[in-house]
Amino acid sequence: MAEFQSYTLNFGPQHPAAHGVLRLILEMEGETITRADPHVGLLHRGTEKLAESKPYNQSIGYMDRLDYMAMMCNEHGYVLAVEKLLGIDPPVRAQYIRVMMDEVTRILNHLLWLGTHGLDVGAMTAFLYTFREREDLIDVYEAVSGARMHAAYYRPGGVNRDLPEQMPKYEPSPYRSEKELREMNRAREGSVLDFLDDFCQRFPGCVDDYETLLTENRIWKQRLVDVCVVDADRAKALGFTGPMLRGSGVAWDLRKTQPYEVYDQLDFDIPVGTNGDCYDRYLVRMEELRQSTRIIEQCIRWLRANPGPVRIDDPKVSPPSREAMKDDMESLIHHFKLFSEGYCTPPGEVYAAVEAPKGEFGAYIVSDGANKPYRLKIRPPCYIHLSAMDEMIRGHMLADVVTLIGSLDVVFGEVDR
Amino acid sequence: MADPQTLNEALQSHFGDRLAAAKVAFGEVDVEVRPEDLTAVMTELRDAAPFRFDQLLDVAGVDYAAYGQGEWITERATDTGFSRGVGDPTTPRLGLTGLYGVQEITEKTGRRFAAVYLLLSVEHNHRLRVRCFAADDDLPVVDSMTGIWPSANWPEREAFDLFGIVFEGHPDLRRILTDYGFVGHPFRKDFPLIGNVEPRYDVEKGRVVYGPVEIEPRVLVPRVIRDDHRYKGRGEQPEERADG
Repeated sequence: MAEFQSYTLNFGPQHPAAHGVLRLILEMEGETITRADPHVGLLHRGTEKLAESKPYNQSIGYMDRLDYMAMMCNEHGYVLAVEKLLGIDPPVRAQYIRVMMDEVTRILNHLLWLGTHGLDVGAMTAFLYTFREREDLIDVYEAVSGARMHAAYYRPGGVNRDLPEQMPKYEPSPYRSEKELREMNRAREGSVLDFLDDFCQRFPGCVDDYETLLTENRIWKQRLVDVCVVDADRAKALGFTGPMLRGSGVAWDLRKTQPYEVYDQLDFDIPVGTNGDCYDRYLVRMEELRQSTRIIEQCIRWLRANPGPVRIDDPKVSPPSREAMKDDMESLIHHFKLFSEGYCTPPGEVYAAVEAPKGEFGAYIVSDGANKPYRLKIRPPCYIHLSAMDEMIRGHMLADVVTLIGSLDVVFGEVDR
Repeated sequence: MADPQTLNEALQSHFGDRLAAAKVAFGEVDVEVRPEDLTAVMTELRDAAPFRFDQLLDVAGVDYAAYGQGEWITERATDTGFSRGVGDPTTPRLGLTGLYGVQEITEKTGRRFAAVYLLLSVEHNHRLRVRCFAADDDLPVVDSMTGIWPSANWPEREAFDLFGIVFEGHPDLRRILTDYGFVGHPFRKDFPLIGNVEPRYDVEKGRVVYGPVEIEPRVLVPRVIRDDHRYKGRGEQPEERADG
């Protein structure tokens, strides 16, 4: 046998398992990793600096492009910070819509994570199923906001518009028969809420399907169990949040511990792991899929029973209706000022955080009283998680790198900002 | 979540003079620590029983050089009329925060660069923001928190990269977000938004080269600070304003 020597391996940035543009410099001893040096920043767009040059509302769209797998949750963190600064509260219906869309986003994110994590580790099948369900939720995104990914739907003081009454349908096409079309449009006869309700009815069964494919799968367990273990104290010291922290056995979820919007009125559970390995983090996220479905169901019930405004009635922050703008001098002025100058906030500093699918997503805004933030600092969960990668991967094999990257659930829009 | 007022009082009675400033605003506790006390105070914040801040969530660098400066005179313009608020790139501008950011910052205040630490206690469920101004504007140096919370590693590298704040005792203070070989610290207020250089492909050399930025910057919406009576008494007021 030839004697192994230590060498350096370059992983990425163009590697399908790198989940974007991660470049890893791996120092190896045979197939064992002695040091991992992630090089990030290849997707750095200076979001925070750009936000300094724009009125508050114009940065909402940039938030979608941070963690582009959890679009509305990012908007939520930013919008909450602006609302805290302005001292306004959105109407309850808007809060329910936001919570519902946050949970839709969480499912979207976890489905993508599950599919790609499986793909990385070698389970092709789950990917095909998760993307089928993702399609439905992306359609919900499109129905409420008009965009399939980068929604820009939340506003300080509420959401852009109310949920549409009619779920868009598939059109007839020469490539599908009448019968197929009827089947595809079966759940789309009613409103968006009806469509989501139908989704919530069948989704737990889908999660069962994924679990059948993976949870007790021998290869899956061989690849995930006892890989990259982090204990609870270390997880806290490393700044972990979200499923990474809960996988290590810390029952910490901002939705429960520091509830924002209407989470304190909803009934759901926080799954917690015991070992802190990749497998526990997998189980935690799988359970979160089910819990999110529960939350969405409760939101649907409430939203059906309680129509009302979805945006705060404050012309200094929220634009007037189109009709009012054409009729009323005051409204015209407000409209003009809002879309040209924006609104000024009181000077001061705020930090607001939400439980995004990947962990705590926070926005820290320093304002000097201008119509633009003086400084915006995004607190991205993945960035902190990825920084712990070196410590977690040491002593593991090269094949565990892709397992860990999948388990960290990194998205580079957010790491690099 | 714990009451911020209670936490503020507990902090003040525990640390006394070692807190240069402490306040509760917008329901959040915000304290300022002098750079020489930083390590000791932070260690106690992590370990002392009433605080137990076991997580450092993030470190945010802030450049306060242009704080409170607008780009558009909103008062005292009765004689002259209001301008468009958007001059050409060579016009000296009121704020350094605009696109051009070409003015040199000559004033030395010792309060230009701050590292802001966002702390969270999972045990007691409270949050705290600690601000530390670097004493020297030319070479801002602050102690590294990596020895107290390992999670400080990358956020401090980021603050070094973007603001040029040096964290003393950091094990691996390299640039992190900007490109290999990047010059300058892009989030400083005297760094232009459009940057100084841009890459392009050079046909003769057959490779990518860097040259000066060619696009012309534009301000679409000037930065405006208004005296809003609704906000009186909320948050802090900027000390002095450029446009009166």
